[in-house]
Amino acid sequence: MDTLMEYVWAFLVGGALCAVGQVLIDLTKLTPARILTSYVVAGVILGAVGLYEPLVDFAGGGATVPLTGFGYLLSKGVKEAVLEKGLIGAFTGGFTSAAAGITAAIFFGLIAALIFKSGSKINE
Amino acid sequence: MALCEGKTFKYSNASVLSYASVVGKAESDGPYGDEFDEVINDNKGSAQTWEQAEALFQQKALGHAMDKAGLIPAKMDLMLAGDLLNQCTGSSYGLKDYYIPFLGIYGACSSFAEGLLLAGALVNAGYVENAAAVTSSHYSSAERQFRFPLNYGGVRTPTAQWTATAAGAAIVSSAPKAPYIRAATVGKIQDMGIKDMNNMGAAMAGAAYDTISRHFRHMGTHPESYDLIITGDLGQVGSEMLYELFRRDGVSVESRHKDCGLMMFDRDKQDVHAGGSGCGCSASIMCGHFLKSVESGELGRILFCATGALMSPTMVQQGGTIPGIAHAVEITSK
Amino acid sequence: MNISNSEYGEMAKKHSPPSSMYKTIPMAFVIGGGICTLGEALLNLYEYLGLGKINGGALTSMTLIFLSALFTGLKLYDRLAQCGGAGTLVPITGFANAMVSPALDFKSEGFILGLGAKMFSIAGPVIVYGISASVLYGIIYYIVIFFMGGS
Repeated sequence: MDTLMEYVWAFLVGGALCAVGQVLIDLTKLTPARILTSYVVAGVILGAVGLYEPLVDFAGGGATVPLTGFGYLLSKGVKEAVLEKGLIGAFTGGFTSAAAGITAAIFFGLIAALIFKSGSKINE
Repeated sequence: MALCEGKTFKYSNASVLSYASVVGKAESDGPYGDEFDEVINDNKGSAQTWEQAEALFQQKALGHAMDKAGLIPAKMDLMLAGDLLNQCTGSSYGLKDYYIPFLGIYGACSSFAEGLLLAGALVNAGYVENAAAVTSSHYSSAERQFRFPLNYGGVRTPTAQWTATAAGAAIVSSAPKAPYIRAATVGKIQDMGIKDMNNMGAAMAGAAYDTISRHFRHMGTHPESYDLIITGDLGQVGSEMLYELFRRDGVSVESRHKDCGLMMFDRDKQDVHAGGSGCGCSASIMCGHFLKSVESGELGRILFCATGALMSPTMVQQGGTIPGIAHAVEITSK
Repeated sequence: MNISNSEYGEMAKKHSPPSSMYKTIPMAFVIGGGICTLGEALLNLYEYLGLGKINGGALTSMTLIFLSALFTGLKLYDRLAQCGGAGTLVPITGFANAMVSPALDFKSEGFILGLGAKMFSIAGPVIVYGISASVLYGIIYYIVIFFMGGS
């Protein structure tokens, strides 16, 4: 039962974070790039004040997969690096913790761009 | 302050000799899909990139129009062509191999009417025997330049319009035959203060209203004088606004009005939101459908008013507005 | 024109249909929630395989990014986004799509100034402001623990 509830909470929390994004698009005409950026910055702030960590413990993928989770990861990395190395950690922690995600996006992006052709299938 | 009224040009000696259209897959799936001269199913043909593809569409459209008139490039006097891309790429690269004297024109999606009225004026004045008006637009090249990468999952708002992948070409000459170009009114740049890049219909409706009402005044006509008043690509939003603008003057245009943007696609089945748009939209619907109906006499007198949003992505990012423009051309069967 | 721009703007608003939020929001919820649930399943799988929480989390992100790159290349991600809306935008897969799609699209302008440079044209701001916010937080955090002696 515990595992099942874990998935239910991941679905509900992740879905809710996305639904909030949709409300922002529909009501405020914020462009997608602005929404992505504000989600990441919001994640950094929520992580910094200690509000995001409990959500991650509670909802797992529901909190880490949305881009707020990416922001949370940045803040967590910075915090750990500062504790370990001092001020220099403020500059190394973010990229260290986000390295896997950013590197994967760059590398898989390059591979995909080399293999596939551009073009939309919408309306075809 | 008195507003500039401008002039309506009257032509006595200009006819559309031949016309042709080339469209892509989604356009051929639309309600008028059977009426175009050529369909390029992969939207690319022999081209390598989307910009080259748009150039190819223009090249083919003019090629078909010349074939229909029995003309070869050496017998042509002038080409007037435009498209939406920076530096009018589609026109200059698409038409370069014909070696016909060329004037590039830009009026965003109103370019086809601009080409037609200029071609008519030059023919009527006797400077040239014949002149071609050619325009194109391509969904993929326009998206790349104005919006997002093709495979990007950006969400389109309900007021957004879908750039048609299409080109149209019309050759104007003094040979007396239907369709005749009878009159034309050049549009003024109308900035109605619209800033939403995804609501071009709203940005253009004011310009269409201004040009059409000036044309009525100068010609002494009213909506019922025409079998149809055809706008370029106002789409759903812009068309409704045009009706309301005329209603304020106590004039009803609804029953006579058609919009090429609303005719290009099947809006119930195709995901094009407020309708089609682009220089190729009105050009291909005119050359594929309406000019045929006028030539056959099915339509006696039409007013074609192509609308353009003179949108610069840079200005919009700087917080600027989107001015609109519309040019009207009156075409008759007799 | 016999109408002021503000009056015209009101008219434009009146004739512009709003998004059908009764459709877009539930769709964003379901598709976004679905992607997160997939993330949760991958996380559990990698933990079960003995990768631990940190590495398992990293591998989960990498897997989702890989899938997004693949779906973008197959021209499926933008179609999913047509109904998913923010549900496909907000998850890490949306970030990956924002990097892969311009790379794919601008390959025609060359590998360096096309593919390489344009890859960051949409996702760049996310990194710029995300990293900068985290640096600011790090500096503040350092000052707090240095002067207050707390941790």
